[in-house]
Amino acid sequence: MKEITHHLPEWLVRSYAAGSLGHAFSLVVATHVSQCDECRARLEAEELAGGVVLETLEAVEASDDLRARVFDGLDEIVAPAPPAPQKAGIYPGALIAEMGSDTPRWRSLGGGIRQAILSADKEGSARLLYIPPGMAVPDHSHTGLELTLVLQGSFSDETGEYGVGDVEVAEDDLDHTPIAGMGEACICLAATSAPLKFNSLLPRLLQPIFRI
Amino acid sequence: MFNTMTIGSDLKSPLPQGMWPGHSGKNMNDSVAASEQRSEGCEQTEWLVAVRDHRDKAAFGRLYDHFTPRLKGMLIRSGMSGAAAEDVVQDVMLTIWRKADLYDESRARASAWIYRIARNRQIDVIRRRPRPVPDEMVIEAESRETHDADAAVSLEQEAVQLREALATLPKSQRDIIERAYVGELTQAEIREATGLALGTIKSRIRLALEKLRHELRDLRDE
Repeated sequence: MKEITHHLPEWLVRSYAAGSLGHAFSLVVATHVSQCDECRARLEAEELAGGVVLETLEAVEASDDLRARVFDGLDEIVAPAPPAPQKAGIYPGALIAEMGSDTPRWRSLGGGIRQAILSADKEGSARLLYIPPGMAVPDHSHTGLELTLVLQGSFSDETGEYGVGDVEVAEDDLDHTPIAGMGEACICLAATSAPLKFNSLLPRLLQPIFRI
Repeated sequence: MFNTMTIGSDLKSPLPQGMWPGHSGKNMNDSVAASEQRSEGCEQTEWLVAVRDHRDKAAFGRLYDHFTPRLKGMLIRSGMSGAAAEDVVQDVMLTIWRKADLYDESRARASAWIYRIARNRQIDVIRRRPRPVPDEMVIEAESRETHDADAAVSLEQEAVQLREALATLPKSQRDIIERAYVGELTQAEIREATGLALGTIKSRIRLALEKLRHELRDLRDE
């Protein structure tokens, strides 16, 4: 398997560790870390720093009631939590947990392109995209941040080539045309902080319908 | 997985294996020397190991006394009311007790593991949906045992240095770093701080990263 070459930037791992990242981006971070030991180490280093900050924080007195509740709970017999979802095929457990099943609920967008919306809230949205080999994702630019993580196949655009496990971090100003590699269809997890703006008319008209 | 690609792993690694003080194998001298420079964080990790291995309630009591007031402070600072913070702290402390068997001191100090549990629980509660979390690494129990002592010591050394580096920063910079990890900053603010205030402790975090990176690689190779 090809080694992962496009990793999560430091500030993104730090934001995840600190709990400052919205749901959609957190999903990309958790899914990538599931695939990538380098970023797992980066996350553990951030948590080491978080732990150092925590253990030296100013104390805020807790109630006696809390103490009683915790110590009473120690001998309580609780049913073991269900095991965390396991990786299934190309989908890490983090993604299986989000989908609630082993297979995405694909909707066709035309031209062989499919998507499955996983989550959408005011901070952003996450979806899976299925792009047939050699097919271009409609030319689009951004208002905000977009993370695209490859799960199967590959894509390339003006910024480089992305294979399985690679993450593309696209900023406000990037106007790019990702094209799926030949061979297997490209399946990727994409998260955005705002709706994408498409640069050609047809997709722009379709946007409200498909929530691309 | 990495060792099958010798060239690639040499390029990625700034130092060849074996040059790390804590990674020279099962050398007892390393552990003894390092345990002499005990620190507070080291004690916390020992308490957690006692909870894990012996269901030691006295050790749990010490963890409770140390972390409860700080966790409460952290949760309040990241926007929770006192009552909501205590509810989360209750869940966190009981999770520590119940899931201690999952704790691995070769990969995390007690405070780092507790920091993660607190974040997960806090975000589950705030968003009312499970926080996406990375899949656990599947590691053979045997390879875990041979690594624990050295790796834990070497993480501890990094943490001590990091704490010293933080303590010597000007207050304004220290505040920003504290605010970033406590959860008071937005993603955009963390990004900005990463370029500015965090610059001064970044090198320390990177050294800790080197150790963790090696640890994961060793675990994978066994």
